[in-house]
Amino acid sequence: MSQSPLKTTPLTQAHVALGARMVEFAGYEMPVQYPEGVLKEHLWTREHAGLFDVSHMGQARLRGADPLAAFETLTPGDFKGLKSGKQRYSLLLNDEGGIVDDLMAARPDEDGLFMVVNGGCKENDYRLIAQALAGQAEVERLEDRALIALQGPEAAAVLEQHVPEAATMTFMEARALTGFGVDLIVSRSGYTGEDGYEISIPGRAAETVWNTLLADERVKPIGLGARDSLRLEAGLPLYGHDLDESVSPVESGLEFALPRRRREAADFPGAQRIVRELTNEPARVRVGLKVLEGAPAREGAEVADEAGAVVGRVTSGGFSPSLRQGIALAFVPPIHAQAGTRLKVLVRGKAQACKVVDLPFVPHRYVRKL
Amino acid sequence: MRFTKDHEWVELNGDVATVGVTAYAAEQLGDVVFVEVPEVGKTVKSGDAFAVVESVKAASDVYAPISGDVVEANGELSDAPETVNASPEAAGWFAKVKIADAAEIEKLMDRDAYEAFLQTL
Repeated sequence: MSQSPLKTTPLTQAHVALGARMVEFAGYEMPVQYPEGVLKEHLWTREHAGLFDVSHMGQARLRGADPLAAFETLTPGDFKGLKSGKQRYSLLLNDEGGIVDDLMAARPDEDGLFMVVNGGCKENDYRLIAQALAGQAEVERLEDRALIALQGPEAAAVLEQHVPEAATMTFMEARALTGFGVDLIVSRSGYTGEDGYEISIPGRAAETVWNTLLADERVKPIGLGARDSLRLEAGLPLYGHDLDESVSPVESGLEFALPRRRREAADFPGAQRIVRELTNEPARVRVGLKVLEGAPAREGAEVADEAGAVVGRVTSGGFSPSLRQGIALAFVPPIHAQAGTRLKVLVRGKAQACKVVDLPFVPHRYVRKL
Repeated sequence: MRFTKDHEWVELNGDVATVGVTAYAAEQLGDVVFVEVPEVGKTVKSGDAFAVVESVKAASDVYAPISGDVVEANGELSDAPETVNASPEAAGWFAKVKIADAAEIEKLMDRDAYEAFLQTL
């Protein structure tokens, strides 16, 4: 365990004032839940609008003569084709095709590439990018900015009152806008499966923006506990749990992040393995499991076939507040990955029935067209 | 009613002790979504993990505060785990245990001592 003091965000005091239970996450002191608790926070986000502090995540700009081309040397994404105002989900890969981190990268303006990476990975990511792209592009960390997410079916109506242009954006668009009297970077995206936004704010203005949004009765603060159950229902992988340096994008079902031009050129780290897995079949794939009886299956639980042979492992799992049953993400060989396949999950020595289902567990409600 | 440092409670009627988790424990756990109670007939030793209570976020063991044989388990909790939050020290009981050694109960904290213990957390 690290003895260094936990880092805070520009909103740490606001969380404490709201009565949040604070925990360590990615080296930061973060709210895991507020007094209403994970279950109510989760359901509120699905029905109204939830406000999240995700300032522990890394925000950075990649600048240089051609930062889009430079970024393609580290990722399998189409960044040369990324139009101004658009955002993409992509992956930093190692030479074996394993995932070093998953990230969002956008062009909210003409100032290079704006990226958001995982809090627990950011130091390693920045070092890797700076080393690999030395002489071509530079990473500037935006450590004086906070990042909040406003998620849920009422998020757009709430944000429109303060940032009218936000309502004219669609899913995976990103823009540099002015709102709340400060400069913002707004993307219509998130990690809950709902419509919503992630909003980068100058740190000094974060508390004002946070409190202004919370003053709207449609908005409640949501902690990391519900953020995890929401992303699990949305079937979205979590780095360090469902994704790590041994897992490839094909195994983890992220083929949408492997556009055809890059597959054909095979010019990204680990392309050999990834192209092979696309052509043949990976040894294991990420699936969704619904637990049909007994306790929720959590990370580390073994998955067995109906004969009892262990075939895989749960990488994240828990109780779904929306479905009122246990759900999990697991890796199993493709032969067991068809939706409808009956499997067993081993929880505290008991083999409980489960079945493979299509992801997401709860339908996404992204706004792709206005 | 007697209490443990792991936040279980015990109430003795004759030689049968009813066991559950305290209001403090229920509040700390958050919304309980699943409870696994011990099987009737099981012999438990004090300190054994003998039940499991799960919130959205995590699973937590419940430890037997006393030794004995489980004579009844609260089956209501499988359909209504939220009872643990609503009524932790009454309807949310976990199991009834026929005690092996009455002296074990005397070693547990009374309510005043437990309240004082909570102040130290």
